[in-house]
Amino acid sequence: MKKAAWFLGLILIFSILLSACTGGAGQAKTIKVGVIAELTGDIPAVGASCKNAAEMAVQQINDAGGLDVGGTKYMVELYIEDNAGKADQSASSAQKLITQQNVVAIIGPNASRYAIPASEIAESSKVVLISPWSTNPKTTLNANTNESKKYVFRAAFIDPFQGRVVAKFALDNLNAKKAAVLYDVASEYNKGIAEFFKSTYEENGGTVVAFETYTTGDKDFSAQLTKIKEAGPEVIFLPNYYSEVPLQIQQAHRLGIDVPFLGSDSWGSTELITLCGSDCEGYYFSTHYAADAATPEATKFIEAYKAKYGNTPDDVAALTFDSFGLLWQALQTAGKVDREAVRDALAKISKYEGVTGNMSFTEGSGDPIKSAVILQIKGDKFVWFANANP
Amino acid sequence: MTYLLQQVLNALQLGSIYALIALGYTMVYGILTMINFAHGDLFMVGAFFCFLAATFLHLPFVPTLLIAMIGVALLGVLIERFAYKPLRQAPRVSAIITALGVGIFLENFTLVFAPYPQHVPTLIKNTTWVVGGVSISSLQLIIIALSLVLMAFLDFIVRKTMVGMAMRAISWDKAIVPLMGIPLNLVISATFALGTSLGGAAGVMYALAFPVIDPYMGILIGWKAFIAAVVGGIGNIRGAMIGGFILGGVEILVAAFLPSTYRDFVAFTLLLVLLIFRPYGILGKPRPQKV
Repeated sequence: MKKAAWFLGLILIFSILLSACTGGAGQAKTIKVGVIAELTGDIPAVGASCKNAAEMAVQQINDAGGLDVGGTKYMVELYIEDNAGKADQSASSAQKLITQQNVVAIIGPNASRYAIPASEIAESSKVVLISPWSTNPKTTLNANTNESKKYVFRAAFIDPFQGRVVAKFALDNLNAKKAAVLYDVASEYNKGIAEFFKSTYEENGGTVVAFETYTTGDKDFSAQLTKIKEAGPEVIFLPNYYSEVPLQIQQAHRLGIDVPFLGSDSWGSTELITLCGSDCEGYYFSTHYAADAATPEATKFIEAYKAKYGNTPDDVAALTFDSFGLLWQALQTAGKVDREAVRDALAKISKYEGVTGNMSFTEGSGDPIKSAVILQIKGDKFVWFANANP
Repeated sequence: MTYLLQQVLNALQLGSIYALIALGYTMVYGILTMINFAHGDLFMVGAFFCFLAATFLHLPFVPTLLIAMIGVALLGVLIERFAYKPLRQAPRVSAIITALGVGIFLENFTLVFAPYPQHVPTLIKNTTWVVGGVSISSLQLIIIALSLVLMAFLDFIVRKTMVGMAMRAISWDKAIVPLMGIPLNLVISATFALGTSLGGAAGVMYALAFPVIDPYMGILIGWKAFIAAVVGGIGNIRGAMIGGFILGGVEILVAAFLPSTYRDFVAFTLLLVLLIFRPYGILGKPRPQKV
């Protein structure tokens, strides 16, 4: 017993010494960046893309000898946390990265329902958080005061814009005057975008004939879809995640619904096509970038990603890469590795040429000004269909 | 009218799956007076067995169903033997917490092998008939029919065979019945095997109807089936079947005629009201607490 206690004590002392050494030696020349990703849970493909792109972004900097900030070369150290697809774990991951790892900024989480709780922690701890993929306005807005959060940014456009883009697309391109919506009422993202779609669609002369909901984890949508069929829409909007959309479309087909379906950026994972098979053929969704109609920046990124991981990067990967790009640019403008200085520099970025297009920020808002694209599902690929500007 | 008929058909499909899972809860409760909270996750494992057999062994429907049922039954017996049996004399709460733990273990064990939602290949060629405006898919009919056959089979075993008689006897009194020469452990194992194999069958049918499966799929549906078992009168086999169909029917019909946002709220309020008037469930009988 006594021996064991001695042994444990020794281990403890050694580990403290060891951590003190590595901490002390590395501190001067490294930038610590945290990532919170959905590696497990209900949307693991999102977390995997985020992790891949984050590792690639950091590796590119480190392979080039580090990031030049104010005349000194810094190596980048990456800390990746899994939020397990849970809101509470997203908040505790943010807490851990800030207090234990002492990171200068956090990238992620991606889905709005996780990004919102994590952003609250970052805001109150005064640490920059950039969510690559979250599109719900509440991520960067303080819910109580309705003012913009000071330390929270994103690389994606926001849902009101996306809802508007899809609604206009349904009216103008598909010529559909009657639409139905089926969405997850328990998820911030789905709920927000469904409501923005409805308001724009009705303002522009369309009618939403059915506005149906379900809750996360449901697999049987037969009651809602039967109701939608009865209402006779010309188009159905499903602003839901890639793991649920295939079930909804397949069940709709089984009930004999044959109108086109529309989606939002949550469709943009190639997993969608794997799960859906031929059922999703020809349908449209709005998203952040098109891999087949790429700018030089995007092509460079897509080639590098393909070479490293063997598949085409989806929108999460592209946005994660852009989040890191924004962070590097902010660090270089700030000229020092300091949380406050990075925030100020980030808020003033007037032009950033990213993989997902040009972005700019204005002081007083964490949302970038950027454009969207509409993609169509053709075979096993997402094909560029139209552009939509703010 | 066609709208109502369509929704009734939807309700029958959902209800038959709830009923099959509820049977597993009710059988285990009947014999051990313990709630096997891992049952929802055994249902999930059944769906994954179906996925494995169909994807990697390319088996047709019937062998896939048998593999899933037998596999899940074996797993159920193993779980009973190693996780619940040592706690048979312990306070009931310990066994329930162990069951929750087993459920979490199964979820995370599956998660290691399948972190992504998996697509289950089509085992039954689906054809949809339109009869008087109502769309009827062959899959729907197979699920409803097969569930009814399995339930009738179970009812037969429990009411007409020696094993069934032994099960009913043990649920009546666990102390005296073994003295009559009835092998207690064997009968309990048989109960677990039967109950969980139905859960496995439900998993297969669920995976065919909703072919995207993930390790957490059993949690919500497990809870709902448990509620169905309670509504029907937990411990009563016919009660579980009725409870499953009632829950499926209430859920679908509430969504059909009220805004779907209120579905769970209204459905479960109705069930709560039912339990206020029949606290032992529809077919349940009050069990006097033995001192």
